[in-house]
Amino acid sequence: MKKGLILALTATFTLGLAACGEYSQVASYKPGSYQGKSDTRPWEGGQFAGNKQAWEAALAARNQAQNEYKKAN
Amino acid sequence: MARMKFLCDSERCIECNGCVTACKNEHEVPWGVNRRRVVTINDGVPGEKSISVSCMHCSDAPCMAVCPTDCFYKTEDGVVLHNKDACIGCGYCFFACPFGAPQFPSGPAAFGARGKMDKCTFCSGGPEENGSKAEFEKYGRNRISEGKLPACAEMCATKALLAGDAPVVSDIYRERVLRRGKAGDAAWGWMTAYGKPEQKQEQTQERAREQNREGQK
Repeated sequence: MKKGLILALTATFTLGLAACGEYSQVASYKPGSYQGKSDTRPWEGGQFAGNKQAWEAALAARNQAQNEYKKAN
Repeated sequence: MARMKFLCDSERCIECNGCVTACKNEHEVPWGVNRRRVVTINDGVPGEKSISVSCMHCSDAPCMAVCPTDCFYKTEDGVVLHNKDACIGCGYCFFACPFGAPQFPSGPAAFGARGKMDKCTFCSGGPEENGSKAEFEKYGRNRISEGKLPACAEMCATKALLAGDAPVVSDIYRERVLRRGKAGDAAWGWMTAYGKPEQKQEQTQERAREQNREGQK
């Protein structure tokens, strides 16, 4: 009788302790944001020295130059 | 503001690897690192298709999402760039990328021997002063700040690879598809180049017969 009681108590105690260690293991995703040094924009400094319109015009001309139908005709 | 994108026309790509060479030369990319490469489906079989692949500068980039140090950022033009000073070479971006764009030079780094990640920058350099020596050494040449497009697209001999503002690039491609009016191998003449002489002869004879029939009517 006494032995049975001890066994039952031990089992309850062990199970109770085992439950204490349980916690959610699902990772919570938190999107981070860039923390590094900021990049200068393409038209800032260098050749275009802040002239955004000139930079855009140069790039647009290059873009259109890829269309060889316009070149050939 | 522009949305920079690449577009590769598989009907035109002839697997010359000119884009790969142009990229390696322009940025002095080390051995073992290919920011761009040409992938061919059914290589050697008539009707094979090739496509030039590099970083696609995704609108919702998986590399950015998985980076533990958040070293990625996106420019106003939609170019996905990264800060090599913050990269720890963990390789997560490599596993996340569906195009295999992130490359590792196997140099000294914090974790293992991968080295800091290297990838296509759309010739936009990185977070260093535009056109500086530091920028060139870390990220390669910054052609965009010089008002130029990526070297791979500008060097493409058949203009299969287009780069630039997405609406402009898609307009060029749309016009091209409408003008050629055909699909598949006929669009650029597989039969003209590789068809057997007897097949060509049959085609010519068939065409002549059709013309005769139309003439008789």
